Amino acid sequence: MTIKIECRTIARGVAEGEVLLSGDALSFLGNVDPKTGVVVDPGHAIYGECIKDRILVFPHGKGSTVGSYVIYQLKKNNVSPAAMINIDSEPIVAVGAIISDIPLVDRLDKDPFTIFKNGDRVKVDSTGGFVELMNR
Amino acid sequence: MYLTAEEENVLDGEQGETLRKAMEILVALGDIYGADGLIPVKSAQIAGVSYKTIGDAGLEWISNLEGTVKVPSILNPAGMDMLRWKEMGIEPEFAEKQLEIIAAYEKLGISSKCTCTPYYLEGFSATCGDHLAWSESSAVSYANSVIGARTNREGGPSALSAALVGKTANYGYHLDENRVPSVSVVVDHELSGSDYGALGYIAGKEIGNRVPMFHLASTPTSDELKGLGAAMAASGAVALYHVEGVTPEAKQVHFDKPDENITIQRSQLDEVYETIIGNDDDLECDIVAVGCPHCSPEELNNIADLLEGKKIEKELWVCTSREVAQRYPDVVKRIEESGSKVLCDTCMVVSPATEGHNCMMVNSGKALAYVPGMCKVPAKIGSLETCIKRAGGDN
Repeated sequence: MTIKIECRTIARGVAEGEVLLSGDALSFLGNVDPKTGVVVDPGHAIYGECIKDRILVFPHGKGSTVGSYVIYQLKKNNVSPAAMINIDSEPIVAVGAIISDIPLVDRLDKDPFTIFKNGDRVKVDSTGGFVELMNR
Repeated sequence: MYLTAEEENVLDGEQGETLRKAMEILVALGDIYGADGLIPVKSAQIAGVSYKTIGDAGLEWISNLEGTVKVPSILNPAGMDMLRWKEMGIEPEFAEKQLEIIAAYEKLGISSKCTCTPYYLEGFSATCGDHLAWSESSAVSYANSVIGARTNREGGPSALSAALVGKTANYGYHLDENRVPSVSVVVDHELSGSDYGALGYIAGKEIGNRVPMFHLASTPTSDELKGLGAAMAASGAVALYHVEGVTPEAKQVHFDKPDENITIQRSQLDEVYETIIGNDDDLECDIVAVGCPHCSPEELNNIADLLEGKKIEKELWVCTSREVAQRYPDVVKRIEESGSKVLCDTCMVVSPATEGHNCMMVNSGKALAYVPGMCKVPAKIGSLETCIKRAGGDN
């Protein structure tokens, strides 16, 4: 069965992929290699993971506003996340997602860190305002 | 957030992809910050100009946009003087990319005058209560505090979105309740010139992103306020401050006395003057740079007077906007006769041309905060007179 969770729309779009959970906030400038989509900061919760095509779940963005353009660069290099889910979005990731056509939602009705596990198949329909956990 | 029928249409893409994205950005920010709707802005000032900061990704995004801005819009300083980049030692590859970025913005109807002081320029004057969408942190501070206009610190893409739509989301410093001071700062000794930059450098770290009310023993000029605000926006994230008896809202509005009180002593300022930021050794400064934020006509004139009849020995940059420089060619000539360079469109912080220097002497608290990190050049602050003396201009 699928579980449907309501959320707030930040960047419109629809995408599906496997969940990658990051308990740490993310600074796209510095934490992520824009060429490969690999998290390169050794101190980060998802160090070494590739965010390409994943449903990237993290609390919120942080760091330099240039991070918005790094997200755009990831998209152009075909290594961007399929969609992003935040606890509470902030402008750096919000703007980055919008200019890069990456669906972004926040404030899910249920805590994404409780309900999702790494590797779960999830559909983010931010145009419709919901997230779906597919057949588990 | 409430949108009018017309705004909804734009969000649904009925006026094209560029405006749809611009509206989506404004709505997302409005939702994040709990705005009730969009409000018209008088002008926009757009950051994200230097190739050093936005790179190829930024250039590509801007190049793909279409249409024309709806309100007067202007750019933040770029990585080089558009006319004298060779002389600055800028690589041709960098110059080519920088000129492409400027051309991409111009195509959208944005003025290619690159400055952090738009308020000195024709068409960008603002008055108390005007709503703006400016990005550069010192311009935001000046507009909010010295002019009494209202703007949040917009990011590059959000200022550009506001320019294209002609509106911004109504939150933050656009609203009365967020303009109330929450901390007092008392300085009971006399201050002048670069003291205000040093004060801002110290105060910004303690204030963070709050709104301070200053109680000063001296009455600052608007140029001195510019230096104070720029430094606080760099060492902290202060976007609005008040000065009792000086700034427009402090004079017009009765604010309750904040609970928290900070006192800044002369000895704290002296310590800033004595320290080289970014290095523990006693380095010899090999470049001197003034005009952060960009010089006003009065500051240019003052510099010209101090340099009168002198020949400097070290690199001395005087940064200003092209429009102000072009308005006062005689003053520029008087400055350059000393061997100094009057550079336009750029500054010591955003240009790659300062990299590789030993140590930079500045008269700005903002430059002191940014140059060591962004240019990897240790920096030291001194008065304008000391800066000119250090450049060798005391002969």
